[in-house]
Amino acid sequence: MFYRENGQFKASYVEDQRIFKVQQDRVAIIAIVAIAALLVPMLASDYLLRALLIPFLILSLAAIGLNILVGYCGQISLGTGAFMAVGAYAAWNLGVRVPETPLLLQILAGGACATAIGVLFGIPSLRLRGLYLAVSTLAAQFFLDWAFLRIPALTNYSTSGSVSVGSLSFFGLPVESAAQKYLFCLGFVVVFAVIAKNLVRSGTGRQWMAIRDMDIAAGVIGIRPAYAKLTAFAVSSFIVGVAGALWGFVHLGAWEPLAFGLDRSFQLLFMIIIGGLGSIAGSFFGAAFIVLLPIVLTNVPELFGLPLSVDTAAHLEHVVFGALIVIFLIAEPHGLARLWSIGREKLRLWPFPY
Amino acid sequence: MQNRIAQGIRGLAVAGTMAFALTAPSIAAAQAEQFIPLLVYRTGSFAPLGIPWANGKLDYLKMVNERDGGVNGVKLSYEECETAYNTDRGVECYERLKAKNGGGSLFDTQSTGITYAVMDKAPLDKVPVMTMGYGRSDSADGSVFPWSFPMLGTYWTASDIIVQDIAKKMGGADKLKGKKLALVYHDSPYGKEPIPALQALAQKYGFELMALPVVAPGVEQKATWLQIRKERPEYVILWAAGIMTPTAIREAQATGFPRDKMYGIWWAGSESDVKDIGAAAKGYNAIAIQGSADRGKAHDDILKHVYDKDQGSANSRDEVGTVAHTRGMMIQMLTVEAIRTAQEKYGKGKPVTPEQVRWGLENLDITQARLDELGFGNLMRPVKTSCADHMGSSWARIITWNGQKYETTSDWYEADMSVVNPLVKAGAEKYAKEKGLTPRDCSKE
Repeated sequence: MFYRENGQFKASYVEDQRIFKVQQDRVAIIAIVAIAALLVPMLASDYLLRALLIPFLILSLAAIGLNILVGYCGQISLGTGAFMAVGAYAAWNLGVRVPETPLLLQILAGGACATAIGVLFGIPSLRLRGLYLAVSTLAAQFFLDWAFLRIPALTNYSTSGSVSVGSLSFFGLPVESAAQKYLFCLGFVVVFAVIAKNLVRSGTGRQWMAIRDMDIAAGVIGIRPAYAKLTAFAVSSFIVGVAGALWGFVHLGAWEPLAFGLDRSFQLLFMIIIGGLGSIAGSFFGAAFIVLLPIVLTNVPELFGLPLSVDTAAHLEHVVFGALIVIFLIAEPHGLARLWSIGREKLRLWPFPY
Repeated sequence: MQNRIAQGIRGLAVAGTMAFALTAPSIAAAQAEQFIPLLVYRTGSFAPLGIPWANGKLDYLKMVNERDGGVNGVKLSYEECETAYNTDRGVECYERLKAKNGGGSLFDTQSTGITYAVMDKAPLDKVPVMTMGYGRSDSADGSVFPWSFPMLGTYWTASDIIVQDIAKKMGGADKLKGKKLALVYHDSPYGKEPIPALQALAQKYGFELMALPVVAPGVEQKATWLQIRKERPEYVILWAAGIMTPTAIREAQATGFPRDKMYGIWWAGSESDVKDIGAAAKGYNAIAIQGSADRGKAHDDILKHVYDKDQGSANSRDEVGTVAHTRGMMIQMLTVEAIRTAQEKYGKGKPVTPEQVRWGLENLDITQARLDELGFGNLMRPVKTSCADHMGSSWARIITWNGQKYETTSDWYEADMSVVNPLVKAGAEKYAKEKGLTPRDCSKE
């Protein structure tokens, strides 16, 4: 009823190439961003911002990065955690060695370093496919974990190998309170989500998808596989690296290689599988599912005043969470994004489905 | 009172709901209690250590509420939050509990990773962090780390004491010269932290230090122990956690390395680490934080006031008196005493804010007489903290597994501060420089 597009005509190419072709979608997305930027920092509690929304935003960003590689270009990667670590450690090193560097530049430089490392570890993808590629990216994870533990120069000879950042400021504005940190992350997420969405609709993005769907056929129609695969690795690693730098700088403040271990790589991979491969919106759904749901689940018994001990609650959380993953994947193997788009199609036709 | 009634009426009138009237009394009730957040890991791979530790912390609070009715009449309230030794979860727990019920008095994070992540947040939130026996070793310098309290010892003091005991067994510190000691460590910030102290000691006494990392979680140590068999170090210092400890002892058995020449750090020295190995672990040494392998009057109090009333946190009474459980009790005793000290300054019988608890932690003075009174007389040595010294004391003893239980097998040792202090100072200065902090001037406080 409210979701009807009668009378919305596309009169120019610009209108035809919009990201959100339906007016209601445009209004909704602007409203969501406006609420996220204006209302949420005013109303949300410190806990909600620091413990839930900031990690959600940063991991959504990382999931977008990974989705470009896995969802759009079809190259499986198990080294996402390591590329995040590269972003975090590179940004940190720049900050320690050249203290005058502004925060934004540090974070982007972290992304740039992650790009270089990502492309390097993307080279095997020119010869390897599927599971074999997954194993070779696993090597990146192990190697980089080892490097950050073992090479003292990378952690500025910190005795324990753990590093930490001081107070942050963004062009003179402090990034200290929960709301400031939240807005800082939100800015990155919005900018990179728009860039990513436009990239996947561009010629480059179509090349990635052609490679994903059938690389031989893509080669036959004149797409260079090496170029397409390596650009996917580069763009993906850049975004993942920026997310890593944000995770270290804004969310944790102090970290050790364990924060970017293999578990993180799996976590991100699960996010995009559950959220939806090849969908920017899916990255957000997946991140919400993996980050927010467990915390909500642990708090449920307490909300209802059930006297459960913390370990029982923790075990229960794992059981329910695992079951939900299975249920969602059986209901819709293409992820939450697909469920959402089915719902949307139904809404467009309602009340006269055919 | 009238004010609250007026507020209640206004609330009813404005909101037109019962919600306000229902919540108002609970806020008032919470204010009369001192809230202590408990970060625990009862699940995950380190749970065998985490469970008795968490139970010890919980039991002591229950006992104080039961026996003394709280601290000067202020009941202690508490809430556990499960971290599973995961830093992300630990940070979430910290954020959830820091402002709850009038403010979390202090955080004992039970994890090096969480400590590092929380340490920079704590000064902004004005919440003290106590890391008894772990933490960040250089945070003993209270002038740079006003909110961190690595009470009773750090990894650096522990390293020094282990080397002292080795020297004693070899017949004097001069006998260490030219000898080889191996450090088998968990490859994480936790395991790496003792290395600077051991290197400084190696330089001082002229022994050679072999640092052998073991990849977490530590189930694969064949290569490490083959190297030990090849290089034949005099002693092995084991900086292990969780499954790594029993694995190391079994590997030592397999390669024929004598267990009585092994020293574990306190996290590798609880019953759960050796119980399943039993006799084969006989002779295995570990350093105890103070004297945590013994029993004192405090244990009897817990059994009498908590377990006899069926309020115990552990499934069995036998857990009371184990090393990890006692450690939890000691942590909580220091917490409660810090709250008591803060109350003496800021008003007896009233709950204190986390900021006031910090003052209490910094001005703690637990004498031997007070320890006897608390039932820790034979477990601990006096503790006195100050602005410059957030550790309070560094006394420790060595305990040895006799096949069935741990026995205290050494006298009290105190760490050699001429080795540890320069490291603390250097580390704290570096930290202050990295963060752009100006250290407090402790002589003025």
